[in-house]
Amino acid sequence: MNTLILVEHDNSSVNDATLAVVTAASKLGDVTALVAGHDCGSVAEGAAKIVGVSKVLKADDAAYANGLAENVAPLIAGLMEGYDAFLAPATTSGKNIAPRVAAHLDVMQISDILSVEGPKTFTRPIYAGNAIATVESSDSKLVITVRGTSFDKAASEGGSASIEDASGAGDAGISSFVSSDIADGGDRPDLASAKIIVSGGRALKDGETFDSIINPLADKLGAAIGASRAAVDAGYVPNDYQVGQTGKIVAPEVYIAIGISGAIQHLAGMKDSKVIIAINKDEDAPIFQVADIGLVADLYAAVPELTGALD
Amino acid sequence: MKILVPVKRVIDYNVKPRVKADGTGVDLANVKMSMNPFDEIAVEEAIRIKEAGKAEEIIAVSVGPAKAQETLRTALAMGADRAILVETEEEVEPLAVAKILKAIADEEQPGLVILGKQSISDDSNQTGQMLAALMGRPQGTFANTVAVDGDSVEVKREVDGGLETVKLTLPAIVTTDLRLNEPRYASLPNIMKAKKKPLDTKAPADFGVDIAPRLTTTNVAEPPVRQAGVKVEDVPALVAKIKEMGIA
Repeated sequence: MNTLILVEHDNSSVNDATLAVVTAASKLGDVTALVAGHDCGSVAEGAAKIVGVSKVLKADDAAYANGLAENVAPLIAGLMEGYDAFLAPATTSGKNIAPRVAAHLDVMQISDILSVEGPKTFTRPIYAGNAIATVESSDSKLVITVRGTSFDKAASEGGSASIEDASGAGDAGISSFVSSDIADGGDRPDLASAKIIVSGGRALKDGETFDSIINPLADKLGAAIGASRAAVDAGYVPNDYQVGQTGKIVAPEVYIAIGISGAIQHLAGMKDSKVIIAINKDEDAPIFQVADIGLVADLYAAVPELTGALD
Repeated sequence: MKILVPVKRVIDYNVKPRVKADGTGVDLANVKMSMNPFDEIAVEEAIRIKEAGKAEEIIAVSVGPAKAQETLRTALAMGADRAILVETEEEVEPLAVAKILKAIADEEQPGLVILGKQSISDDSNQTGQMLAALMGRPQGTFANTVAVDGDSVEVKREVDGGLETVKLTLPAIVTTDLRLNEPRYASLPNIMKAKKKPLDTKAPADFGVDIAPRLTTTNVAEPPVRQAGVKVEDVPALVAKIKEMGIA
């Protein structure tokens, strides 16, 4: 089987989310990586080094600079004549583009796969991960998005794929990029790839309290910061902090849940973490049912004490 | 301008789904069903655009069983003007739903179609994007802010790491994210009024759409259960555990 994967990037380097997609695609067959962007030569060179990628297609056009689905999806659909499966990461950009490709090809997308069970058979979560469905496609071509935490990352160095130019229709003329406001996390690791995540819930009262309790602990551990939907809804932190069914799916080495009760939708986003630590004053909070280490305590006393003790 | 708002009937947000013992699916018998939460946000956004004088009519659509009428009545009670139920007892996949919506959009010629970004049942996150592709129109997915201005719409989108703004030429497709708005509750008088609003019933065949599934679900299982661990007495005990594990 010949597979085409979408490389996620910022026109300068390959995003890590791509590496898990290479692993998933390798289970199906030969892997060609598509870099659609503008002035993206360094991305193509980076993609060529990923172990498991046998060819890189570079579509370099101003129309692809910001990954607009209206422009990128027809490019991919056109290239799919030579491929049996298209795989993209289940990131906001993959989720934006892949279904559009699927509709162009008249196939049903298989969203957010957890495993490859056969050439056309996959598992995927439904109902916020409360059930795992095994699905088999009858379509002639496959369109798939891949859950990054469910596949090992392919090595980003060591490969030597060839790079070829590809082109499509360019600008569809119906949409344009205006601006982006991507938070600069400074030295803080990215939520999706962090080894440790400190996450806060509604019990943190407001944005200022959230920052004053959560940030020092995260700083000390070199951790990324996450939040429950309740904390996002209440406006303590931006939406891109959200961990859960409707936010990000994470699986760090250590997940520290502070003042998070553990609603189904939150658990769906973090229960694959290796170690879960929970601090909550309600001893019946559902978070304790999944926590490896639980502390029933008032977070306002316990968290600063913990932060202080980790010197 | 008309706004088309597709809505889906799903297991209520607060109910924990139970997997059937025979592995054929999730048990929907005697379970509370509601409008998909992201679709409520879509209905609310459509109403706000209409209230701002930028749309004249809101049409709610559902593809689903006869009982999806209740979901449509909820949309009507919130403020939609009329509803279309495309009735089928079969499970309809996102691709087929998108084809049915495309046929309805061809008839109704809406300036905007606003959908939830995903249903909380099958979590596919596909229908809006597929509809946009089939209509050959632009998409503003995971919307945080929607601003209609003349013949275009600016959509601020929730993306990994922050926000992104795109400008789309109308007609356009928008899918809603959590922070777009807070949906209103329907008042009792509006619930009563909604019973008199028009609700058309159609069948997938009326639109010439083949709803035969492309995916076969061969098994549905409970996810692996995580065992609860230990509770520690106090912070020093927690610190000791953390150090023991080599975290800090």
